[in-house]
Amino acid sequence: MDQLLQHLVNMLVLGGTYALLGIGLTLIFGIMNVVNFTHGILYTFGAYMMFIVVHQLGLNFFVALPVAIVAGWLLGAVIEITLLRPLRGADIDTTMLVMIGAWIAMQSGALWIWGGVAKSIDNPFPDAPLVIGPVSVSWLRLFVLFAAALLIVLAYSLINLTKLGKAMRATFQDSDTAALMGVNVSLIYTSTFAIGSSLAAAAGALLGPVYVVFPQMGDLAAVKAFAIVILGGLGNITGAVIGGFILALAEELGAGYVSSGYRDAMGFLIIIMVLIFKPTGLFARAERVG
Amino acid sequence: MIRTIKAASATALAIAFLSSAATAQTIKIGVNEPLTGAFAASGTYVVNGAKIAADEINAKGGLLGKKIELVIEDNKSNPTEAAAVAEKLITRDKTPVMLGAWGSSLTLAVMPKLVEYETAMVVETSSASKITTSGNPYVFRISPPSFVEAAAFKNIVDKLALKKVDFLVINNDWGRGTAEDFSKMMKEKGITIGLIETMDQSAQDMSAQLAKIKATDSETVIITAAVDQLTLIFKQAAALGLKKRIITTGGSQNPDQIIAQAGAAANDTMHLTTFLPWMPEKTPNPEATTYFINEWKKRGFDFAGCTESFRGYDGIRTIAAAIEKAGKAEPAAIKDALWKIDVKGLNGDIIFKKSGPAGQESGQSFPNVYLVEISGGKIVMKDL
Repeated sequence: MDQLLQHLVNMLVLGGTYALLGIGLTLIFGIMNVVNFTHGILYTFGAYMMFIVVHQLGLNFFVALPVAIVAGWLLGAVIEITLLRPLRGADIDTTMLVMIGAWIAMQSGALWIWGGVAKSIDNPFPDAPLVIGPVSVSWLRLFVLFAAALLIVLAYSLINLTKLGKAMRATFQDSDTAALMGVNVSLIYTSTFAIGSSLAAAAGALLGPVYVVFPQMGDLAAVKAFAIVILGGLGNITGAVIGGFILALAEELGAGYVSSGYRDAMGFLIIIMVLIFKPTGLFARAERVG
Repeated sequence: MIRTIKAASATALAIAFLSSAATAQTIKIGVNEPLTGAFAASGTYVVNGAKIAADEINAKGGLLGKKIELVIEDNKSNPTEAAAVAEKLITRDKTPVMLGAWGSSLTLAVMPKLVEYETAMVVETSSASKITTSGNPYVFRISPPSFVEAAAFKNIVDKLALKKVDFLVINNDWGRGTAEDFSKMMKEKGITIGLIETMDQSAQDMSAQLAKIKATDSETVIITAAVDQLTLIFKQAAALGLKKRIITTGGSQNPDQIIAQAGAAANDTMHLTTFLPWMPEKTPNPEATTYFINEWKKRGFDFAGCTESFRGYDGIRTIAAAIEKAGKAEPAAIKDALWKIDVKGLNGDIIFKKSGPAGQESGQSFPNVYLVEISGGKIVMKDL
């Protein structure tokens, strides 16, 4: 029982950041229909921004976090304007190839700038964990969970409650009609991609100090983000959040009670199941066909 | 403009010719190490150690009247890449001998290439026992196989009064091989083996495995992983309130780095290592050890890396001794000469003994193994 409680606490912490990754990608992949291979490198970028601000500029940890998120937003905007805007209207394969190229180029760039050796980021939280009965969790991870939860709520409100969110949804449903209604479609494309990117950078910035930072750290994160998006249904924000927690739960319980060697495979087993039995994702609404 | 381009390209061509003429005057040694990916930190340390040896040899006039040149390639901590790197080093760079490939799975992936191209490789770090028992006559290993580590550890298990032990090992040939050799030895000693948990080499979150280990009734955990993963394990174990005795194996722990990054969580942990940079006077070759450590510090490298980098240093000196003995930089001659050398390594004499099936034995040297304990943030040697 104690072990189960500990696994559930671990799941919450892990699930929060998975959800963040998932929302970011579901905006881009699900709504914009861009197979975004740069999502993982934006995660890596967020973590390196933390490293730069905390260690090379010597600034406070809590200052570094918003800096990393804004930097992720800017990088996302640059990618959209330089790579995706000229390709609007091109078929999905062309865009995908360009994004693969961007991913490889940026990862090599990170390797070139920072080298292949992993870096660790200091944090201001105490070493001693918070212990409640049989369950124990580090303060840093607790902070990560709350920060992730806050960002999830912000992203959700932005998309569902604001005018920008309404314009985003309108644009990707029918961009011609949206344009006729006075929506600046180009701006919407750029801001959607930038918001998705900033969420990936936020996940990297939060998890960088928990783990270590290295140029390939985003690869596994990106694969998991795709898994979460498929699990939750393309373009479904709530689905991405729940998908993130389901993946974390599967990994924790899979490693805890089945086999730790297959920890990273657990999520994919679930996805295979979802694709066989409910191919539109667990939470996708019924779609009109044709 | 066109004239400038022409002049520039002519110069470039001339430089290319000159430099290719210059490389013909050197003896090339291939270095196949992980410089990116999960083992980047360790592989980089080994390469820096190798460079110290190469510079030392070249400063003394080189080998056979030529300078040595290290051709360093990144195997990306990936067995497929390691095999490709070996092929590239042998066929394109024509290196007559190689150093590599850090991890056991990486080395095992390279081994068929050694047979295919009849080129020897000095294995500096890998510890899976099967590397030198599978009948590959081109493998010469200077690091201890895990069964040797297990045998050295055997003497101390009574003193530590071990009763029940769990394992957390990296899920590759290195980790699984260690778990196998250590549990065999411990079962003979009447120690109960509990869980054998594994983790992917690129995994960063081991909380699930550690939560599972926390819940068992064992008093000790044996952990096998490289330094980056190890520091994460220490932090995560502390965060989970895991209060068991931790012993690490494999010699890639860099205890100083664990102290620096895991802080108080590192206290009372024990580490099986193959080098004692903290107490050069206790090493088999104090003078060389002191030289190496001073050179390492002079270059501004992190002292913590010494426990890993000395392997690169010893590896290149082993290869250099063989080339000297062979009298020519040719693959077959170097392979034969490796059997005849006696190098004063930083961790004992490097002399290759035959290992594996008759007729196609691999070379295995048997260096010392030490047990150190972190106590009050300091490293203390334990008697084995």
